[in-house]
Amino acid sequence: MTIAARLMGMFVSFVARLVTGAQGHWIGCPPEALQRIYFANHQSHLDWVLIWAALPADLRARTRPIAARDYWTASRFRHWITREVFNAVYVSRTRADDGGEDPLQPLVEALRQGDSLVIFPEGTRSLKGEPQAFKSGLFHLAVQFPQVQLVPVWIDNVQRVMPKGEVMPVPILCTATFGVPLRLAAQEDKRAFLERARAAVLALRPASA
Amino acid sequence: MNSLRSLGVNQQVGLLFLMLFGALALASIGVFMYSLRQHEASQADTLERLWRDLRALWIGGVVFWLSWLSAPLGATVLFGVFSFLALREFITLAHTRRSDHRSLLLAFFVVLPVQYVLVGLRSFDLFAVFIPVYVFLAIPALSALAGDPERFLERNAKIQWGIMVCVFGLSHAPALLLLDFPGYAGRGAFLLFFLVVVTAVAQIAQELASRWLRHRPVARQIDRSFSWRGWLAGALGAGLAGAALFWITPTSPARAMLWAALVGACGTLGDFVMRALKKDAGVRFWGNHSSLTGAVGLLDRVAALCFSAPVFFHSLRWYISVRP
Repeated sequence: MTIAARLMGMFVSFVARLVTGAQGHWIGCPPEALQRIYFANHQSHLDWVLIWAALPADLRARTRPIAARDYWTASRFRHWITREVFNAVYVSRTRADDGGEDPLQPLVEALRQGDSLVIFPEGTRSLKGEPQAFKSGLFHLAVQFPQVQLVPVWIDNVQRVMPKGEVMPVPILCTATFGVPLRLAAQEDKRAFLERARAAVLALRPASA
Repeated sequence: MNSLRSLGVNQQVGLLFLMLFGALALASIGVFMYSLRQHEASQADTLERLWRDLRALWIGGVVFWLSWLSAPLGATVLFGVFSFLALREFITLAHTRRSDHRSLLLAFFVVLPVQYVLVGLRSFDLFAVFIPVYVFLAIPALSALAGDPERFLERNAKIQWGIMVCVFGLSHAPALLLLDFPGYAGRGAFLLFFLVVVTAVAQIAQELASRWLRHRPVARQIDRSFSWRGWLAGALGAGLAGAALFWITPTSPARAMLWAALVGACGTLGDFVMRALKKDAGVRFWGNHSSLTGAVGLLDRVAALCFSAPVFFHSLRWYISVRP
């Protein structure tokens, strides 16, 4: 990691803390250096930054986000910040981009290297309070990597910080609540597992919200 | 006392800080000695709370010292950051809507800095009316332009109220530090110290009175410990503390006592109001912490000050202007 990238990382996490507090509540598991897939509800572009800032500094380097290749490599700055600061895993949104490669392939490679991932299984940002149905990627990863912990995360309040269509964030305290790691049960089918995973995320929502 | 008065201003203020940090150091050593003894589980909880309060006092003391050292710029910036954090806690629990976004941006990134710039520039006339007059119009105007009529009054009242408490109220603390008046130049730190001590003593006296005296809660639904008797005890305690500290104010013991009682009584009432708000929001502490961490928000610490500072500031200015 270059010095510029490290400074940028410190700056981003400072701003995230200043604006949102970025408090991590580890109620289901401690913040350990285990290989994990964090899966969270998705309401805002800031979701990733919030989880990243809530992680202890030593876990940040090996916890990687997923970035859409066409958008995040389009300009030099976007490419630099996702590659150097966040160490993102690039995926193609359509199979056709990459000559028919499985879109999950880059994630599989990252997990093989021992990195942790943060994914938003809804695929897109949901504007209602409840998360939408989960896409199947999480299930396929769980089948291929049974030893990796699957940690549900609920991100609260972020949609108030920066509603869709606004560019300036408003300072409002947000929390990321980390739940008990999930495991794929023997013979559990895809639909049941994805529904269970979604329920696990939803169960972490604070009562007052 | 006469030898004290003959010292230079900076030496007097230095002595004040020496006494403050000395008292804190003694208290810390005392608590540390106490913690070395064997304890039951119930005492461990009290001890932990004691440490937490002591740490807050240390932080408060150091902040006070730094703000005096670096006035006017440092004091303004420091309290500006406090206002920012307090307003952030307030807005978090105020449940604003999407269409409030622009109003909130105005509150955080325009109103707050401008108010503190006015403090730093010592333009106290504009400073006193900027929020109650101009922002009072700007916030709902911007909100109306956003085109969402739902709960219009309620939403704007919340934002204006938050600004009044967290920005307007708190900005009077550094204003005291910068208030210059004839024959008392450079002694603003004493006034701020007077305000903080008197407000804190009022709260402590009220707390102790409600624990030791029999009392009837005035508003059971909001706070079981608040009673008229406790409130009067708080004002009395503040008055005595003020009389004891009269020598750092520009006035006589009797007037200092009256002032302190007024300021202390306003502070405890303000704290009571904030408790009602917390009760309504369904939380024990400000700041969106889960109950697991048991952390206390910044607004819990400064709530009384947000209400007592403007009262003290304005009564002081009024007193100066009527004094021959």
